[in-house]
Amino acid sequence: MSIQVQNIRKQFGNFVALDDVSLDFPTGELVALLGPSGCGKTTLLRIIAGLEHADQGNVILEGQDASGTHVRDRQVGFVFQHYALFRHMSVFDNIAFGLRVKPRSKRPSEEIIRKKVTDLLKLVQLDWLADRFPAQLSGGQRQRIALARALAVEPRVLLLDEPFGALDAKVRKELRRWLRKLHDELHITSIFVTHDQEEALEVSDRVVLMNHGSVEQIGTPEEVWNAPKTPFVYSFLGSVNLFHGRAGQGELEVGEQRVNNPDDAIRPGAEVIAFARPHELDIDTNIQASHGILATISRIQAFGITAKVELEREDAQQIHHHEVEIPLDRLIALQLKGGQAVRLVPSRLKVFEQTKPVAADHYIAAGI
Amino acid sequence: MASLPRHQVLPGFRLTLGYTLLYLSLLVLIPLSTVFVKTASGGWEHFVAIATAPRVLASFRLSFGAALLAAAINAVFGLLLAWSLVRYRFPGRKIVDSLIDLPFALPTAVAGIALTAIYSPKGWVGSLAADHGIRIAFTPAGVLIALIFIGLPFIVRTVQPVLEDLEVELEEAATSLGAQRWQIFRMVIFPTLLPALLTGFALAFARAVGEYGSVIFIAGNIPMVSEIAPLMIITKLEQYDYTGATGIAAVMLIASFILLFIINSLQAWSARRIGRKI
Repeated sequence: MSIQVQNIRKQFGNFVALDDVSLDFPTGELVALLGPSGCGKTTLLRIIAGLEHADQGNVILEGQDASGTHVRDRQVGFVFQHYALFRHMSVFDNIAFGLRVKPRSKRPSEEIIRKKVTDLLKLVQLDWLADRFPAQLSGGQRQRIALARALAVEPRVLLLDEPFGALDAKVRKELRRWLRKLHDELHITSIFVTHDQEEALEVSDRVVLMNHGSVEQIGTPEEVWNAPKTPFVYSFLGSVNLFHGRAGQGELEVGEQRVNNPDDAIRPGAEVIAFARPHELDIDTNIQASHGILATISRIQAFGITAKVELEREDAQQIHHHEVEIPLDRLIALQLKGGQAVRLVPSRLKVFEQTKPVAADHYIAAGI
Repeated sequence: MASLPRHQVLPGFRLTLGYTLLYLSLLVLIPLSTVFVKTASGGWEHFVAIATAPRVLASFRLSFGAALLAAAINAVFGLLLAWSLVRYRFPGRKIVDSLIDLPFALPTAVAGIALTAIYSPKGWVGSLAADHGIRIAFTPAGVLIALIFIGLPFIVRTVQPVLEDLEVELEEAATSLGAQRWQIFRMVIFPTLLPALLTGFALAFARAVGEYGSVIFIAGNIPMVSEIAPLMIITKLEQYDYTGATGIAAVMLIASFILLFIINSLQAWSARRIGRKI
């Protein structure tokens, strides 16, 4: 079933959680709502579910306006970060809950309920746990039971709020692979909220990046990773090096240094911010060279497939930290050592014209 | 397997256990056991005669019956009170919240006089009831009211924290699965509250069985009608009938033990079902 949200606005006191958000979720896709905490992603999910009401705007489910429909009639499956399982009920009774609360005329017989719950337990691969109580299960098992419970009522949409947020790293990885597989079997339109970019990129068909209550970019994981549309998206997805500078003719001035800038869409003289991923920077030991940004090596981590070099650079009385990834043999060839002054030479730069001053918290939120 | 001596962060296990045992012995076990020793000194026939005297039996019926009924009534309305205190924000909520503790803090005699003043046929409520031919004070109904009064905080104060901790998500999950409001209450909220409710019930009941000060004025103490068991003990004591007094006390002790045991087992059972350690 398709989901559309149109011009959704939601305010908590003076805080604008969602600012005129319009989105289209096509049928059968698994979409991730990704963003830092406080960006409005959970609020949007709860508004789609009907657990929260928008101040403005509409939620359209399968072409019909559902804004006034109560949660219980929306037929959405909702999975909570902390499972929200009923502690006094066995796993079986938890999953059967949605079927047992149906009005008498629509309620299936105990026999059908039994069969359905057993099937669902098999689907989530936990059929031996039917008689246990939630307190006796691990976090990963609880979340799978919560998912089975949501699926029992045959929801038209599945909404998951940070479903793996409370689990440890290993279980999280297992479960997200499992969720992807399950989605490929069921093809139910699903939206899940996460602040973990790796999770979003790995699991979803489509990623919606949100920040400060608005949508920054929508696209497949490849699109948002390879062609970030805004500085926020670039900095939120993966680690990144940031340079403030001024655009020149095929060049970029950063402080008193220059680097090549092949991006000619930027008008010369404009204030810009430029991004480079750690592997898109190289190190030049010749500090007399005409191009490259001066920096000092602070630490070298020579393990793994590539070596990581951490550097510091002073610019306008501020210390900037940079991270460069180079192949191990390159590191050996350059004979780098701590404290050495070098030049950073980007092989690829993503340059954004700076239209408004970028607030520092913008980048703190993005994890820089 | 050889066991290594285990070192604990805080020393003093022996000291604290020894103190606990001494304290319990001096304050609880020895006084209670003298009840049985003293009763036994009168002989079995004498004990049976005291415990089955019609006036004593009537007082047992009233004490235990009214205490159970009061605890049950409190369980319903205490839950309601706790619910509105936790779930709703209204002006004066803090004041209502602190008023709940009043029966704890008030000297029981004060409560007794106040209740009698209101519920006697000349009092506010009592006169209204009297117009309809209902007498509250100086009847078992009066006893019941006094016991409800003193038992209320037990229910509210045991249920309140559990209700506060109840995650909203549970209700949201139930709604999203299609449950109606009353189904959510009956199938999700109430079972979660049940262990706490039973604890409160047990406490309110235990307190009500032994209550003396607040009951004694409003009860009117009419033999066979509104005499409570603690009053019978006092009566015996005033007549210097010590074995008689301890005989009644022994019956009350045993009955209370049994009832509390049953309630605690029920509570443990329902707590185990929601996976909480007791």
